[in-house]
Amino acid sequence: MNFETVIGLEIHAELATKSKIFCSCRTDFGAPRNSQVCPVCLGHPGTLPRLNRKVVEYAAMAGLATGCRIAEFSRMDRKNYFYPDLPKAYQISQDAHPLCLDGGLTIDTEDGEKFVRVERIHIEEDAGKLIHAQGETLADYNRCGVPLIEVVTAPDMRSAAEARAFVSELRTTLRYLGVSDCRMQEGSLRCDVNISVRPAGSAKLGERTEIKNLNSFQFIEKAIEYESRRQADILTAGGTVRRETRRFDEQTGTTHTLREKETAADYRFFPEPDIPPLRLTPADIEALAARLPELPAARRKRYAALGFPPADVHILTEDRALSDYFDRALAAGQHPKITANLLLSEYLRLSEGESFVCPVAPERLAAVADLAGEGTVNASTAKKLAARLWEGDFDPAETVRREGLGQICDEAALLEGIRAVFCENAALISQIRAGKAAAVKALVGKCMGRFGGRAEPRLLNRLVEEELKK
Amino acid sequence: MNGLIFQDIHALAAGLRRKDFSALELVRAHIDRIRSCEDTISALITRTEELALSRAAAADARLAGGDAPLLCGIPFVLKDNICTEGIPTTCASRMLADYIPPYSATVYARLQAAGAVLLGKGNMDEFSMGSSTENSAFYPTRNPLDISRVPGGSSGGPAAAVAAYEVPFALGSDTGGSIRQPAAFCGLVGMKPTYGTVSRHGLVAFASSLDQIGPLTRTVQDNAAVLSCISAPDGRDATANRTFAAAKDLFSGDIRGISVGLLRFPGDAADPAIRAAVESVAAVLADRGAQVREVRLPALSDALPAYYILSSAEASANLARYDGVRYGARAEGAASPDELFCSTRSTYFGPEVRRRILLGTYALSAGHRDAFYLRAQSAARRIRAAFAEIFATCDCLLCPTTPTVAFPAGEKSDPVSMYRGDLFTVPASLAGIPALSLPCGTADGLPVAAQLMAAEGNDGLLYRLAAAIEEVRI
Repeated sequence: MNFETVIGLEIHAELATKSKIFCSCRTDFGAPRNSQVCPVCLGHPGTLPRLNRKVVEYAAMAGLATGCRIAEFSRMDRKNYFYPDLPKAYQISQDAHPLCLDGGLTIDTEDGEKFVRVERIHIEEDAGKLIHAQGETLADYNRCGVPLIEVVTAPDMRSAAEARAFVSELRTTLRYLGVSDCRMQEGSLRCDVNISVRPAGSAKLGERTEIKNLNSFQFIEKAIEYESRRQADILTAGGTVRRETRRFDEQTGTTHTLREKETAADYRFFPEPDIPPLRLTPADIEALAARLPELPAARRKRYAALGFPPADVHILTEDRALSDYFDRALAAGQHPKITANLLLSEYLRLSEGESFVCPVAPERLAAVADLAGEGTVNASTAKKLAARLWEGDFDPAETVRREGLGQICDEAALLEGIRAVFCENAALISQIRAGKAAAVKALVGKCMGRFGGRAEPRLLNRLVEEELKK
Repeated sequence: MNGLIFQDIHALAAGLRRKDFSALELVRAHIDRIRSCEDTISALITRTEELALSRAAAADARLAGGDAPLLCGIPFVLKDNICTEGIPTTCASRMLADYIPPYSATVYARLQAAGAVLLGKGNMDEFSMGSSTENSAFYPTRNPLDISRVPGGSSGGPAAAVAAYEVPFALGSDTGGSIRQPAAFCGLVGMKPTYGTVSRHGLVAFASSLDQIGPLTRTVQDNAAVLSCISAPDGRDATANRTFAAAKDLFSGDIRGISVGLLRFPGDAADPAIRAAVESVAAVLADRGAQVREVRLPALSDALPAYYILSSAEASANLARYDGVRYGARAEGAASPDELFCSTRSTYFGPEVRRRILLGTYALSAGHRDAFYLRAQSAARRIRAAFAEIFATCDCLLCPTTPTVAFPAGEKSDPVSMYRGDLFTVPASLAGIPALSLPCGTADGLPVAAQLMAAEGNDGLLYRLAAAIEEVRI
């Protein structure tokens, strides 16, 4: 039997605020254990949460960027459960009235574009971390109160690749907004996968399982692939899938029962009395919308319209810093394609780190591209100029003039040089004329060398060919 | 110096400024009183004599400087659920018997800034759950007016301390009557301000949407002075967004034209002597120019069950943090986290606290939530609406504070009969409106109290009426 996999995601992204959601403790990753805590985030008796306004702003921006409606009235709720990493024994989250509702993102799939619905985005606090060592369990509460958004999708994805594409698009979008670092290896983006399978063509959803806490693209894909196979095998053998929460084993690439849903906690949600309801006016929401940058989807369309191949469009839009840089260069020059080629071939590999950083002013790169585009310099000079700019700033046009780097297009001058090369390489010429066509390249190279690499390449090629025929 | 302890705050403040006595002498006089009374009354859990003496010396220096605030050098007691940095804050629970908070409540910080001198932490029903202070895990407090009787609760320790002249004022906390009822039983003025008038930062939570700190004093004017000192919006409490400031003419005694509703409760179970005393208050008010009429609020018939469901539901979450992991008591020998939570909480919470946690957990649980929690919420909404409606035509409501006078210790062993005693006080808590209890007579030699309620933010009006009643000294 053929099975269809149905996937919905719950993605937790840590918001990049400087301080925690309910107190002023810092949120730095990798700080010494229990060094970023205070009576409030440790849940000491008598302490009260104060909602960080930045958290609401960031979460609302995430909602706007994913096409959600921002609720003018939303509310925090208490989600009650006991665990040693949860100081108050309740998590302040949003249940009945989340901040953002009914949006979605378009992803690329094998069958073209697909819209994946986002049902809701709500804000909540993170819990601490337990460290098991030498028969003891220790708790690190640095993460307690770190602000999170939880993005909940509809069960709209049908494969591991689609799930991956959604997470990737969400990550790129959140990074564009600057509201989350989305560093999966640091746990600032974590993904729970709800997955079921059903006979192909069936309209009824199968019983689902939830795989918790996947923190890399690879694990998301592997977990989905394993779990959909496991469920399909059960159904094929005539069994039934149990509704349960499962854990992904990174070592073996398999999933295992964590707890069955029947015994799952009753969270006893009720409105958080310590935090008044959140009220945003239409003007507040408009002001936040005005702060949104142009989003990756829009930029991709714009670049594609400029005629860039999809692979380049993807690279140019994945990182907002690179895309912003490119846009500034585009605005300053006339030759988008050369600009993109120089950027991708010369600068991208030199920029270290997660997001693009470049010492060269984008206007300078545009100037080099324009010199090449209008034929003042050839492509190889343009690359050299671009590389030199990384080392230190100069005015490309003036340097070309002063150092005489301009392209040589004078036929007579070129011919004179070519003939001299022919004289010096009589043996090579006779080999070529005897049929060794492969040596032409070397000959052209020698000619180019004579002009210090500045000859107009197509003209040089033609003249060499013509000279050989004589 | 013996007469000092019987004076009210305003008289003491004047004496300090006339240099009739020093703050150090004043504090010593109260320490002496505490030493002679405490064996009998047991109003306090922790005494802070040494700290008090150094604070008193600082107060004297400030008084000598000239522009000291009214409360400078005045001794006080805090209910032991108000956090005091470096000083144990136990909530009268074995769970927090050794807990020393790393920070101070806003109200304590404000009183310290005003130069007032903390003499100790008052006994209470464990985590404020109770109406007699018999639920203290340490010892019960006695009513100074009749030591065979309870002082009321849950702020029974602070009330007893003021009534026994151990201090001229104390702060209690009121969730469903925990300031007003002990004030009534001890013959004091007790104020539950409008919700949001006093910061809850540092008040160990019982039911967050109902809890409010307020003063217990021997006079109306003292009460208003203390509330003025502790009230201010606080960035550390998102619900503290009001300020009470005593208006200049608040105590003029002029109440002409104020409309007062004599509130007849559904199933009014107050003792006849109490009903008679409250009616005589109504007569006094009318006599002084207020317009008095009888009013009824049928919505209040749901107040008691709604209160016990909502307060227990919130308490079940608020008290969940006492799990033995980070602070407070911890049961030994647990093999798993769940076992640690269970044995810690079963061992160190008293029976009434466990009962309320179970009640609240049940009321919020899937399958019971609609019948209990949500129904109680809608009852509370109806009560708020009923008050809003009545306050559109009436400035103030008058009723008894308690159905009985202070009852004998050990008399109410059945929790539900104890809960019934909160009949008159819980409506104002559910509505978030201000309510004040003041003595209005005696029955069998014990104080009888009247309760005044007004629309939210109208705290001053309660003081104005209470001052007029106090003047007559029924």
